[in-house]
Amino acid sequence: MPVLVDKNTRLIVQGITGNAGAFHTRQCIKYGTQVVAGVTPGKGGQVFDETVPIFNTVAEAVASTDANATMIFVPPPFAADAIMEAADAEIPLIVAITEGVPVADMMRAKTYLEGKKSRLIGPNCPGIITPGQCKIGIMPGHIHKSGHVGVVSRSGTLTYEAVGQLSALGIGQSTCIGIGGDPIKGTDFIDALALFEADEQTRAVIMIGEIGGSAEEEAAAWIKANMKKPVAAFIAGLTAPPGRRMGHAGAIISGGKGTGQGKVAALNENGIAVAPTPGDMGNILVETARKADVALH
Amino acid sequence: MKIHEYQGKELFRQFGVNVPKGIPAFSVDEAVAAAEELGGPIWVVKAQIHAGGRGLGGGVKVCKSIDEVREKANQILGMQLKTHQTGPGGQKVRRLYIEDGANIARELYLSMLLDRDTGSIVIMASTEGGMNIEDVAHDTPERIVKEWIDPRVGLQGFQCRKVAYALGLEGKTVRSASKFMQALYSCYLSKDCSMVEINPLVVTAEGDLIALDAKVNFDDNALFRNKDVLALRDLDEEDPKEIEASKHALSYIDLDGNVGCLVNGAGLAMATMDILKHYGAEPANFLDVGGSATTERVTAAFKIILSDPRVEAIFVNIFGGIMKCDTIANGVVAAAKEVGIDRPLIVRLEGTNVELGKAILAESDVAIIAADDMKDGAQKAVAAAANYAANR
Repeated sequence: MPVLVDKNTRLIVQGITGNAGAFHTRQCIKYGTQVVAGVTPGKGGQVFDETVPIFNTVAEAVASTDANATMIFVPPPFAADAIMEAADAEIPLIVAITEGVPVADMMRAKTYLEGKKSRLIGPNCPGIITPGQCKIGIMPGHIHKSGHVGVVSRSGTLTYEAVGQLSALGIGQSTCIGIGGDPIKGTDFIDALALFEADEQTRAVIMIGEIGGSAEEEAAAWIKANMKKPVAAFIAGLTAPPGRRMGHAGAIISGGKGTGQGKVAALNENGIAVAPTPGDMGNILVETARKADVALH
Repeated sequence: MKIHEYQGKELFRQFGVNVPKGIPAFSVDEAVAAAEELGGPIWVVKAQIHAGGRGLGGGVKVCKSIDEVREKANQILGMQLKTHQTGPGGQKVRRLYIEDGANIARELYLSMLLDRDTGSIVIMASTEGGMNIEDVAHDTPERIVKEWIDPRVGLQGFQCRKVAYALGLEGKTVRSASKFMQALYSCYLSKDCSMVEINPLVVTAEGDLIALDAKVNFDDNALFRNKDVLALRDLDEEDPKEIEASKHALSYIDLDGNVGCLVNGAGLAMATMDILKHYGAEPANFLDVGGSATTERVTAAFKIILSDPRVEAIFVNIFGGIMKCDTIANGVVAAAKEVGIDRPLIVRLEGTNVELGKAILAESDVAIIAADDMKDGAQKAVAAAANYAANR
């Protein structure tokens, strides 16, 4: 049972008629994702690319198509609202791609989601992909290969770098989850790691973190206490200066906390190998699995 | 986004957060006029820069006469103020704030910021005002009080009282403190702040609370709906290259090293900086060119990187997902032609249309050192930079 998304996933795209929404919907369809509906308020009744019906609301789209996931391309001022609308419609999986959502809005959206049936991934994330089955997001499908390594990352292109290295070594991925670069996010490392630990297809995990916050440190302790599957890691931003936002809203060292060095130390202390350079992510995963006597093919 | 102390205090005034009377001044004459308007008997002449530690650096002076105000204003305006938060070269002081001296009985610390662990706003308060809060957190963490605000209901009165009593406040000062905190919270929410820090928060001899300093940072993601805050931006406090970069929607941060970077994606850009250091160079910048590599953007990026004389080589590291490698290759070639690249250029392409991209680079007459992967690219960039430096 793949993690969260598979060939049976039925996807809505909120913001389907915008530039980014339209482009990536086409890419996902090309990959084989079942896109069953689009939502753009005011364009209900229209059809996208002659195949995908558009609705005014998420609730209508769900009622009509039995969709069970949504991909959000709604611009920042309205993205949190789109997330909450999807949660209100009880969609099990919400993947928010949008970058630039105000922190206050995400605080509100996350509070709203408490106790609801929806799981949120993102915002400011590349999405989630189960290679060969379902792609929800903006990642290049063709670099992925189906297999047994779970990938969880705060980054976009750095994740593709890791996936590219793994695929080049002949090692496939079970599911890749981009949790995104924002400080307030729907799914964090521990959530993803728990899913991978419970997933039969996943035999090892690579986690890709970066400066800012303490999610990697918490994950390190959680892995030691709760995981049997081998985990390797990489942390970006060891050379980042303090106090500066390095692209991602959440990638900032503040008050001396959230340094790359601190995260590497926490991972090492909990027995998790960290790749010395970004060019070694594939290698470190292989090495870690080998030491744990876990076959990846 | 950061603003000056005087701007933060003006914001506080709008929300009823108690601050001393003060007037900004951009010249010595203006400083004197401000002091005359305020009336005295004590004034404080304060340097306005986007960095803390101004007092210790000599940028804050208490004055007992107008002549002293003139003297200190003259001294501070135009100085290169060095604090533990500026670079070693310090920052030039272009603005002053002339403030009423306060009757200080106690100095406290108060801040509000996002606690990422809980995803809610936390109030941090301490009796150790006027000190570096990070030192307090390290040495005497028990002297820091934290109170988390539940986003569902906001800041409650009992929470304000809890903090006030923990700070050892009594009587009417407890009520003032509650009012103060509620006003501060209101300001924080209305303006989409990312942090407000008051150090010191002063209890006057009369038992009133007054913010002697104001450090207010804003959520960049919310500036679109806080245009009045955006208007407070002081470009003099920002690096000119970074200002130029933001005009082209480039995410750029100036650093001190010798190898310039041009990368797509923030995580990959940070990792590129890291791998350069691993192989013995220092990154000259962080640059995320973003998901669309238009020739205009790539050209602007090259111009900015090349305007840095410390750059001895440029490493272009691209993993094209949606961005196609041939698009970026065309962008690099066109940009190189327009700008004239006079330092070694190392390009590593991977991802969508990589073979086409590599062919375009090979066939162009731009001198490009091609790299097979990220490690290879970093090693070549480091070597090229060393070679360039040696032959300069």
